[in-house]
Amino acid sequence: MARITLDDLAHSYLPRPAGDDDFALKPMTLTWQDGGAYALLGSSGCGKSTLLNIISGLLVPSRGRVLFGDRDVTALPTAARNIAQVFQFPVVYDTMTVRQNLAFPLKNRGMPAAQIAARVAEVAAMIGMADTLDRRARGLTADAKQKISLGRGMVRQDVNAILFDEPLTVIDPHMKWELRTQLKSLHRQFGHTMIYVTHDQTEALTFADQVVVMSEGRVVQAGTPQALFDRPEHTFVGYFIGSPGMNLLDAEVRGDRATVAGAQIALPGDHGLPQGRVQIGIRPEFVTPAAGGPGGDGGGLPFRLERVEDVGHHRILRGRAGDQPLTMLLPEDRPIPAGIDRAVPATAHLHVYADDWRVAPVTGERAA
Amino acid sequence: MDKPVNNRAWFLVLPVLALVAFSAVIPLMTVVNYSVQDTFGNNQFFWNGLGWFQEVLDSDRIRAALGRQILFSAIILAIEIPLGIFVALNMPKRGFWASLCLVLMALPLLIPWNVVGTIWQVFGRVDIGLLGHTLAALGLDYNYVNDRLDAWATIIVMDVWHWTSLVALLCYAGLQSIPDAYYQAARIDQASRWAVFRFIELPKMSGVLLIAVLLRFMDSFMIYTEPFVVTGGGPGNATTFLSIDLVKTAIGQFDLGPAAAFSLIYFLVILLISWVFYTVMTAQKDAP
Repeated sequence: MARITLDDLAHSYLPRPAGDDDFALKPMTLTWQDGGAYALLGSSGCGKSTLLNIISGLLVPSRGRVLFGDRDVTALPTAARNIAQVFQFPVVYDTMTVRQNLAFPLKNRGMPAAQIAARVAEVAAMIGMADTLDRRARGLTADAKQKISLGRGMVRQDVNAILFDEPLTVIDPHMKWELRTQLKSLHRQFGHTMIYVTHDQTEALTFADQVVVMSEGRVVQAGTPQALFDRPEHTFVGYFIGSPGMNLLDAEVRGDRATVAGAQIALPGDHGLPQGRVQIGIRPEFVTPAAGGPGGDGGGLPFRLERVEDVGHHRILRGRAGDQPLTMLLPEDRPIPAGIDRAVPATAHLHVYADDWRVAPVTGERAA
Repeated sequence: MDKPVNNRAWFLVLPVLALVAFSAVIPLMTVVNYSVQDTFGNNQFFWNGLGWFQEVLDSDRIRAALGRQILFSAIILAIEIPLGIFVALNMPKRGFWASLCLVLMALPLLIPWNVVGTIWQVFGRVDIGLLGHTLAALGLDYNYVNDRLDAWATIIVMDVWHWTSLVALLCYAGLQSIPDAYYQAARIDQASRWAVFRFIELPKMSGVLLIAVLLRFMDSFMIYTEPFVVTGGGPGNATTFLSIDLVKTAIGQFDLGPAAAFSLIYFLVILLISWVFYTVMTAQKDAP
């Protein structure tokens, strides 16, 4: 096991990339600690699978280095890197039994038979397939096959890291939950470095200690689930994480005040005079509906309610502030104010973005 | 799950039934008709029961032809299937060279049977043929007209040249359908090249291989035109395969009854062996 460092890594599928757009993976530098559980989160085609394949050695990056510990493995083939990978679709050896499938990676590395048998039994118990060990893999259901793939990834104890490439895509929802919980407990038990690629924020946030959010080949933020929620560094993180995503409103920002839809609101600090496309961001959880009445001013932004979605333990209020869409979350036990026409954002949770990147306040930023 | 049962759905099968009746059942029935009757000419027939079948089964000539036929198909399959797999494994996966290979491989398949026969008939001739002349010049005693072994070798090499492409193309298609993830997983599991073939490629190819084996078996078992053009069944009866013998019986001697019985037995043998192939090759798939 080892720390994984990506040093100024970039990749293009073109032989001679000209501009930034030609890179499937834009230059990045990241360090993953030994034994951590990491998630790579992003929408399809954002480069997360490319990054994973570079780490596993199935792809050689066009630029930069990959280090396992202090060892440069950029040019090493997959077999020499000693990693395990679980793919999006179950990869099983059809003609082998479950037992043979699980034993295969060990056998290829010349482990003694007795040790293999012990290890296979252990892994079979983990993935709950101890009683189907002698079944042929061909006839099994998709989730059983994927469990075998997971098992094959787990069977070697000395791997540097286990990489998961959207491993739960083909699994039934209730099995998903179970397998994810299992993975999590396996991680705690064995302490392998695990890197989990997904486009599902719930999966990422429940699995990982550290989530790396990617968008268009770029790492936009790496942090704990809490940090991603509380302080999105990029508008993509804002609306990709959270359900519903963060509200982003075009605004005019001057010092510690912002003007949105004709109303002035206070910001949590002095943001100076940001340039470019300036937006303020606020999560729907931190906006409260209010009724100011004509002439009266409850503060906040003018709001026109359009639709209420009841999703059980809370309601989603969708409407507009001026001509920009705005969403609020209201707990089930709080009534919608009669004559609602204001939306009041909690100042502490307001963020300012210039050209999609967060602008930190010059003064008065609270510690995260 | 309960599915509604509606017997009127059978009406939907009618068009196919009618088509198959005209294309297969009725022609086959005329053969059945001939096989149980005898005639002294004048279009007058009388009942002969299973007499012709008895005669065909007892005929040494036909038994010898059947033996040659089985040997021929066995040799053909033993060469073409492994060779086809080998070629497919070594073809480029994508790009210009893949397309070029595909076109070149498909060429022999596009040549009509009798043209293939003619090509090899000339090619192998000792006086003017490139192959025959070269072999003779090298001091080899090669002559497919006089020598049984040379005649067999020529026909087998010709068939391999003509049809290995088919096996290779089918296998190639099977190989192309294997997702990259399988190869990547194999690399991560440190599988050897042989293990990749044995546990990934071969199982994934088994479906197309079944088709290839059946097609090549049936085709080679029914082979007529090429050996007829090259050797005419000779020297002696050395390359008289079943269909050559059948045509001799039916058209040469105009023995309609025995020929009809012969055809039916021929048909059943092909059906039987194909069924055996199918059962054996799919047995493993259904095993638990």
